[in-house]
Amino acid sequence: MKILATVKRVPDPETSIKVKPDGSGIVTDNVKWVINPFDEIAIEEALRIKEKVAGSEVVLVSIGGNAAPNDVKEQLRTGLAMGADGAILVVTDAALEPLVVARALAKLVETEKPDLVVMGKQAIDDDSNAAGQMLAELLGWPQATFASKVELSGDQKSATVIREVDGGLETLRFPLPGIVTADLRLNEPRYASLPGIMKARKKELKEIPIGDLEKAGLDVSGRTQLVKMEPPPKRQAGKLVESVDQLVELLHTEAKVI
Amino acid sequence: MAADIYDTPEHELFRQTVRKFVQEELAPRAREFDQMGRIDKRLYRKMGELGLLGLRYDPKWGGSGLDWSYTAVMFEEIAHCDNAGVAMGITVQTDMATPSLHQFGSDELRARYLMPAVKGEMVAAIAVTEPDAGSDVASIKTRAVRDGDDWVINGSKIYITNAATADWLCLLAVNDPEAGYGGFSQIVVPTDSPGFSYQLLDKIGNWGSDTGLLFFEDVRVPVTNTIGDIGRGFQQQMMQFQDERLIACISTSAGSKALWEETRRYCEERIVFKKPLSKMQVTQFKLVEMLTEITAARELTHHCIRKRIRNEDATMEISMAKLFCGRMARYVADECIQLHGGFGYMKESKAGRAFVDTRLISIGGGADEVMIHYMAKMLGF
Ligand SMILES: Cc1cc2nc3c(=O)[nH]c(=O)nc-3n(C[C@H](O)[C@H](O)[C@H](O)COP(=O)(O)OP(=O)(O)OC[C@H]3O[C@@H](n4cnc5c(N)ncnc54)[C@H](O)[C@@H]3O)c2cc1C
Repeated sequence: MKILATVKRVPDPETSIKVKPDGSGIVTDNVKWVINPFDEIAIEEALRIKEKVAGSEVVLVSIGGNAAPNDVKEQLRTGLAMGADGAILVVTDAALEPLVVARALAKLVETEKPDLVVMGKQAIDDDSNAAGQMLAELLGWPQATFASKVELSGDQKSATVIREVDGGLETLRFPLPGIVTADLRLNEPRYASLPGIMKARKKELKEIPIGDLEKAGLDVSGRTQLVKMEPPPKRQAGKLVESVDQLVELLHTEAKVI
Repeated sequence: MAADIYDTPEHELFRQTVRKFVQEELAPRAREFDQMGRIDKRLYRKMGELGLLGLRYDPKWGGSGLDWSYTAVMFEEIAHCDNAGVAMGITVQTDMATPSLHQFGSDELRARYLMPAVKGEMVAAIAVTEPDAGSDVASIKTRAVRDGDDWVINGSKIYITNAATADWLCLLAVNDPEAGYGGFSQIVVPTDSPGFSYQLLDKIGNWGSDTGLLFFEDVRVPVTNTIGDIGRGFQQQMMQFQDERLIACISTSAGSKALWEETRRYCEERIVFKKPLSKMQVTQFKLVEMLTEITAARELTHHCIRKRIRNEDATMEISMAKLFCGRMARYVADECIQLHGGFGYMKESKAGRAFVDTRLISIGGGADEVMIHYMAKMLGF
């Protein structure tokens, strides 16, 4: 079977993020870039399915730049080194909103004809949590979001997905092809091993200019606009109190929480 | 940054893999390994799976057939594991106990002992130093006497790294006391051989490493366990030492840099006489002077690596680098302790640990004076 796994390049969650003074975005100098952690989980899940189902193929797909300072090829190479078979990069320098991403992915699905698309439940940069759902809608495919366990039927015609929902677990079964988005506890992504890194050198990383998809009917116009980005308010210094009475007093008068 | 020796995307990916392994598997358990007095042996398997244990070895034996640039990346990252003893144990496995076997061993011996070491299924140790002979390797006394198809080994070895974790030793023994430099052999000795025993030693630093005193009482191993030709052991061991020294230089310059960065942060935060310690000019002088030495050590090391990548002899330069890095690391650790004040003297401080750990660099793998002694000889004095 063929599985597409999506990859977004995001700032390392460990780096401290600074907002540009004009509020138009974040400062990207000296930021370390990584695969969106939820996408890493998606790749891992795709690889595990591939290891179980003989003759499977995992293709990574991403939308983004192909040159420094926004070179998504770095992240795709990591995914190839983890064990994916090939990668496709739709080249654009524009920051796209989830709907446009979903439309572009839908175009790739038309040509790649996967049986399953595995995605991160959200990207940790803008936390939209939307592309997977929108892609399912555009394709008219079933979807299981926030997956914490994925199992395919013996004939690979359907998938059973366990989702963590408030207060319990929900089990969904749906026919393939379909969309799964990965939650944190789905698996623990592997490291790229040295043999994997060396093998990845020979794997294909195909670049498609976004214009090609536009010619094939992709609509890149968005519906939302980034108005302003602001850092969260600075945390104020803590205060030591003398007694419980004083604490209650301050919680009431200053913090106004009780 | 001299990125020229490792600037491909593969080097970068490899660095990320080692870094992740260090951050997730080694550094969080650094103090636990100190208490255990050794690394968790199971981690070797994981390193084997990731391909870390045979970087320059032939793929036929499970290696990756790469050059020194990858070794440089690996040990620059391992240096951040926050446990010099653990880094030393790994170095013994990859570059001290196994190079001779890889280069000179028979196919049968390599299949039996090298491949499992590259996979991390077996841990190796290098047994050369003896209670009465360290710097002067040719004075060792441990005897291997031939009895039919076996060697019968008697003697003892001291300060041996991986003493408790090792599954086999690369032992240097005398097989012919009359033959001078042609009377030594390198022999693979499994540690479950009857007559072998060890005792752990208590060290001032490198707590995460199991250093031991080894005893051989009529230990029998097949003569086919000899690495390369009988009588060539001394020469083969001298070559094996070169790799070890270069790695000591890589680890030391990366480790000192990490300590410097930690110390800089500390000086920027620590307030003395109402201002950050880093605002005192004397502190700035110290930090800049240290960084100059660290950078020089690193660049000399990279010079050696470039020569080794081109397969040129670098004995002279590696000896210089080993001497320079050892002294540099001791100086940096000492200054960093000083800048940390009382906290620097605590076992929990990186500077304090570096002070006792780096002291080894100028002794192990050939003392500073031995490096100088050999360089003087090479210069024809
Ligand atoms: C923690 C640790 C781990 C070790 N791991 C291993 C291991 O895994 N395998 C192994 O085989 N060995 C190991 N060693 C041993 C190490 O290689 C020796 O300690 C080292 O080679 C010095 O030998 P020595 O201790 O016998 O000192 P000696 O040979 O007695 O030398 C003592 C001092 O004399 C001086 N000196 C020596 N030669 C000269 C000279 N020609 N001119 C002027 N001065 C000189 C030097 O200052 C030297 O430090 C380890 C040692 C330590 C401390």
